[in-house]
Amino acid sequence: MGVNWLINLFYLISATLFIFGLKMLSHPKQAVKGNFISAIGMLLAIIVTLLDKRIVSFEVIILGLITGSAIGAFFALKVPMTAMPQMVGILNGFGGGASFLVAGNALFEGIYLKQILTNQFLIATVASGLIGSITFWGSMVAAGKLQGIIEEKPIIYKGHHIVNIFLLLISLFIGIILVIKPQLTYLYYILVFFSGVLGVLLVTPIGGADMPVVICLLNSYSGLAAAATGFVLNNNVLIISGSLVGASGIILTNLMCKAMNRSLTNVLFGGFGAVRVSEEEDIYAGKIKSTTPEEVAILLDSSKRVCIIPGYGMAVAQAQYAVRDLMNLLEQRGVQVEFGIHPVAGRMPGHMNVLLAEADIPYEKLKEMDEINPVMPQVDVAIVLGANDVVNPLARTDPKSPIAGMPIIDADKAKTVVVIKRSLSPGFAGIPNPLFAAPNTLMLFADGKKAILEIISALKEL
Amino acid sequence: MENFVIILTIFVLAIFVGFEVITKVPPILHTPLMSGSNAISGITIIGALISAGSKQTTLTTILAFIAVVFATINVVGGYLVTHRMLQMFKRKE
Repeated sequence: MGVNWLINLFYLISATLFIFGLKMLSHPKQAVKGNFISAIGMLLAIIVTLLDKRIVSFEVIILGLITGSAIGAFFALKVPMTAMPQMVGILNGFGGGASFLVAGNALFEGIYLKQILTNQFLIATVASGLIGSITFWGSMVAAGKLQGIIEEKPIIYKGHHIVNIFLLLISLFIGIILVIKPQLTYLYYILVFFSGVLGVLLVTPIGGADMPVVICLLNSYSGLAAAATGFVLNNNVLIISGSLVGASGIILTNLMCKAMNRSLTNVLFGGFGAVRVSEEEDIYAGKIKSTTPEEVAILLDSSKRVCIIPGYGMAVAQAQYAVRDLMNLLEQRGVQVEFGIHPVAGRMPGHMNVLLAEADIPYEKLKEMDEINPVMPQVDVAIVLGANDVVNPLARTDPKSPIAGMPIIDADKAKTVVVIKRSLSPGFAGIPNPLFAAPNTLMLFADGKKAILEIISALKEL
Repeated sequence: MENFVIILTIFVLAIFVGFEVITKVPPILHTPLMSGSNAISGITIIGALISAGSKQTTLTTILAFIAVVFATINVVGGYLVTHRMLQMFKRKE
């Protein structure tokens, strides 16, 4: 036992630092420091671990640390903010992957050294293998879909639910045998294989628009896999950290589901967006009023309060910087500019805020949906930029709509709405948007970035 | 069994702490929260390090090497990218 208690004491300090770090994320001002404190906790845990007497040689460790640090740092510094969901997805996957590898090794080593393995050890190993492998492969598919390497649309075939249930049962069955006969260590990797296939098949039927939920859920799983590995190694810091992450992922999953007014079951098994209904295009017939950048400039110049409602389309058009310039120009002219951010505006929780912050838009201007909606009637011009479903009034009015009951940003309640969009094509939900045909709406048909730049130059000429 | 109950207690309590702490994080910081908590889940690195350093068999050493690489990517990548994002929120003052 010797120094074990001391090592565990340091692990406790690490866990405390993690909690403090997360706590400091509650305000943007302290958040950088919070992240730093959390990183110190991790460094401490690593250093203390290296003092462990079971470690007899350092070559493999050093090689692994260097390789991992180089790859991790490269991607962390290079990844564009638009690709953050993929990045987080891949990181989730690696966390899950590391967890099932560590648990598997604990099993192999235990058998090799002829240790007595407790039921807790064995059951936790099975759990870690199952959850870790699902997380790893599921995350790779999710990241592939977000990056556009794998078909984004739901890939559904007949009876895929039955196949998935079957795979889960096989995995559990192998797990049970492994608990009874742990000497059959190779069963562990058969378990990992079947759970991996399950992970792939669970994510492929889910459409690109639902990826935020999947990423959150996998985030939670990566935490649970770490916690399970903690049960394998009897290690408290793994259990505490794992449950923190598990809780965080579940909270975010819940928030995302609420923001779309759908249950988690519906997101995971519904195959949303598979069938595109392009019904009643006549909703628009004869009611669309199109406008020009010059007109919009005059409109903005004479307004007191402007609200910009960005969607992922804004990021696709790389219009964030143009939007920032427009904001600055309007503020100079005494116009109050705010941003109304829907929780699912980006492709992961908080994504839109990061994209706007990158363009130097102060976070005080980024208003949550619940904050902006009550003041919307006082807004003179609402600019909808690259957003569609999140401002669709059908969510409030049509109980049969696929987005019925989804909370939306009430852009239609502003005095004038300017929608900047290339065409009248539907959003992810595949339904028409009556907002485009509303009497107080003007459509500016153009690429998001180009439109904003033209509005800016028109404003300067006024 | 007694040991199991003790660590199960820690597990359950930590989940409650997690819920309390995380619900206070504002939606504007949810992306850094995810990448930052991600880095924390890279704590499996400590298990990977011991396994990689104890050199029991060639197979476990190879697997442990992969585990160390995965976990290090998770930790280093997670903290760095979180820092990058949080920096963007900080600089406007």
